[in-house]
Amino acid sequence: MQYEPVIGLEVHAQLLTKTKIFCGCSTRFGEEPNSNTCPVCLGMPGVLPVLNKKVVEYAVKMAISTHCRINGTSTWARKNYFYPDLPKGYQITQFAHPIAEAGYIDIEIGGAKRRIGITRIHMEEDAGKSIHDDLSPFSYVDLNRAGVPLIEIVSEPDMRNTDEAVHYLRRLHEILVYLEICDGNMEEGSFRCDANISLRPKGQKEFGIRAELKNMNSFRNVQHALEYEIQRQRAILEGGGGVPQETRLWDVSQCVTHSMRGKEEAHDYRYFPEPDLVPVVISDAWREDIKNALPELPMEKRERFLSAYNIPPYDAGVLTASRALADYYEEVVRLCERPKIASNWVMGDFLAYLNEAKLEIGESPVPPAALAELIGIIGDGTISGKIAKEVFEGMWKSGKNPGEIVEEKGLVQISDTTELEKIVEEVLEANKKQLEQYRAGKDQLFGFFVGQTMKATGGKANPKIVNELLKKKLSMS
Amino acid sequence: MRITKEEVRHVAHLARLNFSEGEEEKFTSQLNSILMYMDILNGVDTAGIQPMTHAISLGNVFRDDTEKESLGAEIALEGAPDGKMGFFGVPKIIE
Amino acid sequence: MEFNQLTIHELQKKLKDGSLTSVEITESVYRRIASVEEKVHSYITMMEETAIGQARAADRRIKEGNAGELTGIPIAIKDILCTEGVRTTCGSRTLEDFIPPYDATVVRKLKDVGAVFVGKTNMDEFAMGSSTETSRFGITKNPWDLERIPGGSSGGSAAAVAADECIASLGTDTGGSIRQPAALCGVVGMKPTYGRVSRFGMVAFASSLDQIGPITKDVEDCAIMMNVISGHDTSDSTSVPKEVPDYRAYISRDIEGCTIGIPKEYFVEGVDPEIRASIDTTIKTLEGLGARCLDISLPHTEYCIATYYIIAPSEASSNLARYDGVRYGFRAPNEENLLDMYRKTRSSGFGAEVKRRIMIGTYSLSSGYYDAYYKKASQVRALIRDDFDSAFTKCDVILTPATPTPAFKIGEKMDDPLQMYLCDIFTLSANLAGVPGISVPCGYTKGGLPMGVQFMANHFEEGKLLQIASAYEKNSKIERRMPEL
Repeated sequence: MQYEPVIGLEVHAQLLTKTKIFCGCSTRFGEEPNSNTCPVCLGMPGVLPVLNKKVVEYAVKMAISTHCRINGTSTWARKNYFYPDLPKGYQITQFAHPIAEAGYIDIEIGGAKRRIGITRIHMEEDAGKSIHDDLSPFSYVDLNRAGVPLIEIVSEPDMRNTDEAVHYLRRLHEILVYLEICDGNMEEGSFRCDANISLRPKGQKEFGIRAELKNMNSFRNVQHALEYEIQRQRAILEGGGGVPQETRLWDVSQCVTHSMRGKEEAHDYRYFPEPDLVPVVISDAWREDIKNALPELPMEKRERFLSAYNIPPYDAGVLTASRALADYYEEVVRLCERPKIASNWVMGDFLAYLNEAKLEIGESPVPPAALAELIGIIGDGTISGKIAKEVFEGMWKSGKNPGEIVEEKGLVQISDTTELEKIVEEVLEANKKQLEQYRAGKDQLFGFFVGQTMKATGGKANPKIVNELLKKKLSMS
Repeated sequence: MRITKEEVRHVAHLARLNFSEGEEEKFTSQLNSILMYMDILNGVDTAGIQPMTHAISLGNVFRDDTEKESLGAEIALEGAPDGKMGFFGVPKIIE
Repeated sequence: MEFNQLTIHELQKKLKDGSLTSVEITESVYRRIASVEEKVHSYITMMEETAIGQARAADRRIKEGNAGELTGIPIAIKDILCTEGVRTTCGSRTLEDFIPPYDATVVRKLKDVGAVFVGKTNMDEFAMGSSTETSRFGITKNPWDLERIPGGSSGGSAAAVAADECIASLGTDTGGSIRQPAALCGVVGMKPTYGRVSRFGMVAFASSLDQIGPITKDVEDCAIMMNVISGHDTSDSTSVPKEVPDYRAYISRDIEGCTIGIPKEYFVEGVDPEIRASIDTTIKTLEGLGARCLDISLPHTEYCIATYYIIAPSEASSNLARYDGVRYGFRAPNEENLLDMYRKTRSSGFGAEVKRRIMIGTYSLSSGYYDAYYKKASQVRALIRDDFDSAFTKCDVILTPATPTPAFKIGEKMDDPLQMYLCDIFTLSANLAGVPGISVPCGYTKGGLPMGVQFMANHFEEGKLLQIASAYEKNSKIERRMPEL
């Protein structure tokens, strides 16, 4: 029998606020354990939460960007369970009335578009971190993360294979980072994903019994865990068995999922309205203000790049992969007015040097204006494309303008036909043997003469003129 | 009976409480008479009534995203029953 | 008369004209404590050393001419309110050694005006009780009869005021915990409107019902205390940003034309005949002052106890989940593993009544029972609030007995939780509806036990309560007695 996977994803994204969701403690990562804590996030007796307004704004940004309906009034709830990294014995979250519901994002795989539904987006607080040491009978709790704001984005069970799941995740990740509301760092846990996955016989309408997968902290892990789980469930079903409803943990070292708890041990979270917090009311005016301040999203930007700059879809995809790169490219184009050459340079040498040096775009020693100038002097024939690569390297190392480098190194292109003609003649004179072979029909030697001419000018010869001259001279007998 | 001894045991587990056999007996009977008293509410027609979750109706109470000084790890851990190397120590967490 | 027997407003005059110092008042309070505390046991923790320091600072401040309303006045604080650097036990083994690194907002406000803190008063564990018998730190006795309970949960705060072991005190009221002990101890107690006084730093019992309020010797003192503790606080999201009037201005105003609603549901069987008679006299007195009394109905009154004893324990079961032995407070030794540590810590850290309420609350919120209990109770709560809303379209204030009976004997109701819950029958509706209530002495039984009358008003109309209560107090011809200790 053919089985079809049904996948839904729950993403937790840490919001890039300066302070925690309910207190003024810093959200900085990697600080001394328990140093970013106060009575509120330590859950001390008698303290009360007060909501960080930025959290609401960020959640609304994400909701608008994923075409969700924003609930005019949304409320807070307590989710009760005991765990050492949960200071109050409950998590403040949203339950009955989340901030947003019923949205979607579109994904594209191999040119085919698919719409993935988003059930809801809600705000909540993160828990702390427990550190376990195999050799010790204790666990250690660090509450720096307790109270860091999260949004949870719950998808519909709309994905039918691992590719769709990973594409959906990448799109979600991209939007969050574009909006600058999440740093998207999966290793540090700023972007976390749980998956619900079940199999059903192809053609069947009802869903099968699902497993919930946890602990996948990279796109690759999500892919592998889902693939593993599809195989595991298929084997059970094909063997005539039933898949138990359970929560399973992805074990990255062994590339398998392990059962964590079954349905019987499922928590009874005893959700109820949080009496310490009042409802969040989003007026039309507030929502419009947030909407108007939204940046252009990656999908829209891609479309615009295609039509405005007339560059290939591949280029548009690479250049809009991050907001900073897109902004850099657009600035270069604005100054040099050569979109395709600019695209080649930004995607080529610029990104190569940047990655090599492990720098962020903002840290690049070559600002957009300098790259635009370089593209300009290639265009007007001052230097050749080949020399330009050398110039770029000089710019990267020294931070100087292309003009300065060209001048210093005497790299101006030789376009003087008389001068070049003399050099070409010398080259032919010095390579009589090859000349004879060429004339005997060995056409591929043309490149050899070009190379020799370039070499003789230290690469400064205008290749177009060299080509023309050589053609003329070689055709003469 | 509104609640059985088994249910009392389950609820006690949810609340992370332990009762001895005798206490369990006593609690079950006390909880039963209390819950039986609560049955009085079944006589109230609440169809369509919005539950009241707050005594006063307020909305949109916010703070700005500005940092306040934290307590610092030393003070945070001062009252901890088992503070260890800047962490709160607990018996090993086993999933 | 000793200084410690005077009221805040009487002492204010003497402090102002220089005939008395705060140090003298404070010393008189501690002399009184030395002689009667052993019998009454109002306090868990004494703060004598810092109190004398505060009194000296207050005297300097008075001399400099920038005294506030409570500068130099010795106040007792219920041990549910966090005090920076001073242990705050909440009457529980769980917090036996807990020293908060912060002050409750009300404590901060009292410090700012230069009040003197006498000590932290005894209470039912986590404010769960109506008799102050569930405290980990012993039972507080009623100063009028040491074999009887002082009421609760703010029994220590009420007894301390009644026994002149402080000038005034702060209590907290989740279902009557200020008004009921005030009535049983013959003093004045007010539960303000929900949101009037910041809850920040009050160890939470039931967050949607809790309010902090004053317990004082007379109504004018109550107004003075309210002036200091009321107002918006950005640390409490449920605190209401509404201007605070000068409550003292309501004292001694006449009440001609005031309408007083008498809800028939509060005058049923089970009310002690002497209390009933004293309430009748009270009504006559008020009518004599020009008030108009009319019969009203609060039809859902009979559901208040059931509603309250679902909602309060539900919230409490969640509020008390933080006492897990991880970050502060008590942790039981000899744990076998994490689950065992949680269970041992919580089972030996909490007393029986607290555990009972955690059980009721956990059950009410648990899967399969939520709709029948928590949700149902929240819906009935809305109907109870609607009763009050419609009553206040007909009258300015509502008058009821504060308690159905005078103080009962120690131990009398400890084995019957439901009987204990019925003690709050007249007070907990105000918490459910969020409206303010005040309890004022209205006489003594033949046996010499105090009785109290309760007034309730619409949200944020504490002024009206103080106006009626003070008019009644001044004209009731009830002689001011002192308990013999």
